[in-house]
Formats: sequence, structure tokens, C-alpha cells
Amino acid sequence: MAVARAMRMSPQLRLASGAFILVWCVIAAFPIFWIAVMSFKAPIDAFASNPLHVIFGPVTRMGGKGLSVPDILIGLALLWVFIRFATRRLPVLVRRYSPFGNILVGWLAAALFYFAAFVLVFFGLLPPVMGALNGLLGTLGEPIIGLTLEHYISIWIEDGFHRNFLNSMIVTTGVVAVSLTVGTLAGYGIARSGSHLAFWILIIALVFRALPHSVLVAGYLPVFINSAEILRPILGELAPTLYGKPFAVIAVLVAINQPFTIWMLRSFFQNIPQDLDEAARVDGCTHFQAFRWVIMPVMWPGVITTGLFSFLLAYNDLLVTSLLLDAQNQTMVPAIAGFFNRETTTTDQVEAVAAAVSITAPLFLLIMVFQRQIVSGLTAGAVKG
Amino acid sequence: MKFRVFAAFVAPSLLLMLLFIAAPLVSVLWQSFHVTQVEFETVETEVCTPGFITQTCQTETRTRPVLDEDGKMVSTTSFVGLGSYRKLLEPDRFVRALGDLNWRGVMVIDFWKALRFTLAFTLFTLPLVVGMGLLIALAVNSAAKSIRGQIIFVSLLPFIITPVIGAISIRWLFVGDGILTALLEWILETDIAVLANPWSLEFLMMFYRVWHVAPFAFVVFYAGLQTVNNDAIESAVIDGASRFERLRYVVIPHIMPLIVFVALIHLMDAYRAFEEIIGFSSQAHLISLQWLTYDLLTPDDSGNRAISRASASAMLTMIGIVVILVPLLGKTWRDHKAGSI
Repeated sequence: MAVARAMRMSPQLRLASGAFILVWCVIAAFPIFWIAVMSFKAPIDAFASNPLHVIFGPVTRMGGKGLSVPDILIGLALLWVFIRFATRRLPVLVRRYSPFGNILVGWLAAALFYFAAFVLVFFGLLPPVMGALNGLLGTLGEPIIGLTLEHYISIWIEDGFHRNFLNSMIVTTGVVAVSLTVGTLAGYGIARSGSHLAFWILIIALVFRALPHSVLVAGYLPVFINSAEILRPILGELAPTLYGKPFAVIAVLVAINQPFTIWMLRSFFQNIPQDLDEAARVDGCTHFQAFRWVIMPVMWPGVITTGLFSFLLAYNDLLVTSLLLDAQNQTMVPAIAGFFNRETTTTDQVEAVAAAVSITAPLFLLIMVFQRQIVSGLTAGAVKG
Repeated sequence: MKFRVFAAFVAPSLLLMLLFIAAPLVSVLWQSFHVTQVEFETVETEVCTPGFITQTCQTETRTRPVLDEDGKMVSTTSFVGLGSYRKLLEPDRFVRALGDLNWRGVMVIDFWKALRFTLAFTLFTLPLVVGMGLLIALAVNSAAKSIRGQIIFVSLLPFIITPVIGAISIRWLFVGDGILTALLEWILETDIAVLANPWSLEFLMMFYRVWHVAPFAFVVFYAGLQTVNNDAIESAVIDGASRFERLRYVVIPHIMPLIVFVALIHLMDAYRAFEEIIGFSSQAHLISLQWLTYDLLTPDDSGNRAISRASASAMLTMIGIVVILVPLLGKTWRDHKAGSI
């Protein structure tokens, strides 16, 4: 549809708005791009004051670690193949081979296989092959961009970051699963009730959402530390000390997340016509059966979106996890805060950068896959009010 | 839906919220009036050392924790009234400093320092977030359709990144001889230390917050802009409204509810600023209310947590957010009565 002439922007305004978007995109992406670049460089390069040194890494290159022109070309070509495969072939394959027609399981398996293949090709297969090739090519095979994986290796393997990663996965999976189960029930009840009580629950939830988390943690901490003694009269010898336990943190994060989850799911449920559950009720379903067999199947987009935000809350949380978990069960974000407090040498600092990039990478993938859901989630609460 | 069915649906969620949100609030209130201390006793002991002819004996008084039969330290909890609050607010010192018009004197008290930073941080970033979000939304709305997806993708990065890491990633650009410090030094031809000055640090923290939240405002406003009625815009054009007037009198009133929504969420989130302090390591210069509670809850060198003072600080933090939110909640209640929800 052509835009009417009176509505068209003047060239100056068009230019200014284009330039503004460009500046914004640079500001938005630059810090993240930059830590990614830094994490692959030797410490001297990573903290060089000349940006070109940080990008090309002369010191890293001198150490013999880097990418040559054929490395870059072949790497980019393979990357392109992988992306094409993920966007074109993979969805078709998943749809065809999903077990029992369960598309979610199919996607999970596909993602795992894809990830394994990616790691195998780029980190297992490519380095030796390219090493041999570069040796044959002579001058052309010499590295032009310094790049080293040593910080990643030392952070993940030597410093035991994989343990923090596993803890993060336990906490986030728990939070997403529980908060969706509890939240969908409540969101559905509130969306369909329309009573004054439902309104008040929403308002109280809003107030709870505003509470600083430190207020709540100040309430938990003494109780959690002494919980074994407090609970002994009820549970006897089984009474657990809640402090430091992942399941206690899961419960806390679920509760903190409930207000938001309820609001969001409620607005998704309101979009589903009420005729649908009424039809199911006429056919003899109870409320719960109508919810489970009629509403939930059409509710998946809303559930996935809310799940994403629960995941983000649990994954990004620092305050609750750092105060309520002991060193053994620490998740990634408090661990990295520790890493960069101990930064004494520049090597430690670059390792902290590598850890930071490792934490960010899954989030990056998340936006790539779920951009549409994230956008709809951000607007769901707002537009419906 | 009958009440019993409704109750069954919301019960698990309500139970969780009662147990993990409402109950802690009560316990925080109780803790803030009580102090739990390890009980000490003073004992006189006679220490004798073998010596020549007779033993040399000395009596000394020692203070030691009281132990129960299991060998655990006995602690007692006593009611201290507003004692913890007084320790936190230091009213005498505060009033004296105010009387002398001594601003620095006020700012050496942690609580007032934290309150000043938190309020300034919240109120300064609010218009910036709304303004930036609106500008980006308007610019993207007039950009070519084919690149909008990519712009949204890039914009979501700062929003979704772990807050501490976002803050650290900006800090690393300025740390020591980081590239942006080097650039500034090259432009200004002086030696600067961005992270050592309280004011530049505060500015950087606000910049980080706007960077982090503007994408959220942008996405919400952008979605709102898609629902602006084209006929209204066209009639405004026919009436001779300029681009700015169309924005001022047609577009902004249309998305006003969204602006209120973004402002509300931002107030709640900026008021609990915490990750900035950790990410920028600004404890020496700038602290926020939530960080103050966190700090009191962290074990000190001898392993004690100042639970009572932390609870008092938590209560005061909570009172602050309630004061900020009451006008907005009042409005929601009036809207509900008017029947708009």
C-alpha cells in the first residue's frame, strides 16, 4: 500500500531517524559484542587500549593461536550451511520424525543433536583439518586474527564452571516447571472468574511484584538456616535445613515469580473465547477437564512465552541465589560475581569475561529462536491492561 | 464459575505466595523489633602456673559465650523496640547534620546515602527510559518493514542479558585503559578515571539502566503504535496538523496507558536497583537500599549476619515503594470501580 504524500517523511527526517536507529543498534549490541571479542584474546590484547589490537590480537597471534584466511572462509561457509539447515531442513525433519506426534520432545531431541553436531564439527573436526591445511598453504595459512579458546577451557574445566552450569539448569528447570503448573491454574481461575476477589488477588499480586527481593530474603534467611530445629517437632529427624538447598531456592523463586506469571497468563487466557470452555462443559466436562483437554491445547503459545520469562528470572537472578545457596550449589550468576571480585591478574579477568560470555550465549540463542514469543510476552500484559 | 472451583484453581498459587511472600513479610516485621544475640557470661577463673616454691596464681575475668549441655552457644532474643531502626537511621546524627546544613554529614550515614541514590536513580532514569523507548519505537515504525525484525533482535539483547553481566560489560569498556576511557582521554587530552569519580560512576549506572530497560519500553510502545487508528491520523493531516502535532495530540494520547504501564514497571524495577552496585563495584561510593539490606544479610568477617538491622532496612525499603505506588494503585482502584477492568 502506497503511503499518501502528506504522510510521507521529509528526506531529512528519514535520514535522522535512520541514523538514530543505527546509533541505537550499535549502542545496544556493542558492549556484548565487545566482551565476546575480548574473551577469545590473550589478556594483553583483551585489555589493550587500542581497539584494533583487541580485535586482531597481535599478542595472541604471536602465540601461534589464530585464524588464517582459509580458516575464516571455510568457517563462515560451514556456519552458513548450519544456519540454512536449522532454518530450512530441521523444522521439516522434526515434524516428520517426532515420536508419537509430540512436537516438543522432537524439538528437544533435534536441538540436542544439532548442538552436538555443531560442537563436533567446529571444535572436533575443523581445528586438526585446518591445521594440516594451513601447514600446506604456507604464508596464506598464517593467522591474521588472534583467537584462543584457552580461557573457556580453563573456566569450564579447571575452575569447575560446569558444576555451576548444572546447578543453574536444576534451578531454572525447577522454577519453570513449577511456576507454569501453579500459574496456569491460577491464571485460568482468575481469567474466568471475574469476581471482586479475583480483582483483589491481582492487585495484591501487583503489590507483591513491587516488593524488593531483599525484603523477602531477609525474612527467609534466619528461618531457612534454623529450619531443621523449627521443623523437628513436625517432621522429626527428616527435618531439612533449607539453607543452601536448590529446592528451597526453587520454591522461593517460583513464589517471587508468581505475581508476574499470573498477570501474564491471565491476559493470555482472556484471549481464548469463553464459548470454548462452555461448549466443553455442555459436553459433560468438569471445570478441570475443560481446562486440561480443551483450553491447554490452544494455550501453548501463552505457556511458552510465560515459561520463557520464568526462565529468564531464574537464570538471571543474583540476589536470591547468592544469599540462599551455599558454595556447593551455587549457580552461574553468583559464581561469576565471585570470579570477578577475585580478579587479581589480567588472566583472571579474561577468564571472568569468558564466563560472562558463556552465560550470555544461551540467552542469545533464546532470542534467536523465540524472538516472536518474547515480543508477544512483553506486550501481552501491557495491551490488555 | 462457582467459588469452590475458583478456590481450587487459585489455591496452589495463593498458598505459595502466602508462604513465601506474605509470611516472610510478617517475620521481617517481627525480626526488625527483636535482636538475637549470643549470650555471654563473665567468669572469674584462677589460672595457676607451676613456679619455684609456690605456684603463681592469677585471677582473671573472662567473657565467654554461654554453652548449653550440647556445647552449643546459647542465644537469646530480646525485644529492642525501634533500636534497630535507630541504629540504621541514626536520627541524632542526621538531625544534627541537617541543622548544620551539612550535606556530607548526612551522606556518611549508609541509609540516607542509599536512599538518596535510589531515589535519584529511579526518578532520573524514568523519563529517559520512556523517552528513549518512544523515540526508538517511532524510528523503527517508520523504517523499512524488511529490517524491523533484525532491529528488534538487536534491541532485545540488552534487555535479556543477565543484569550483572550487562553492567560488567559496560564497566569493562571503561576499566583502567579500556577502549572508551582511552578514547575519552584522547579527545579530552587529560587523564581520567571514569570509575573512580562518584558522579561519573552514577552517570554510567544510569546509562546502563536506560540501556537495559529502553528495549522493553520500545517493544511495548511499538506494539501500541501498530494499533493507532489510521483514520484519526488522516483527519489530523487534513486539519493541517504537522508531524509533531500529530504525535502530540493523536499518537501519544492513544498510547498513554502503555506509557503509564511502562512507567509503573520501571518504578518498581529501578527502585530495587541492586545488580548495578555489584556490576560496577560501586560500594565505596554509591549504594542502593536493596544493596544495603543485602550487605547486612551477608555474613561479616566473624560470620554474623545483622538480621535485625537488615530487617529494619527491608521494612523501610518496603515503605518507600508503597509510598511511590499508592497514587498509581489508587488510580487502578478508581478505574476498577468505574468498571473498565
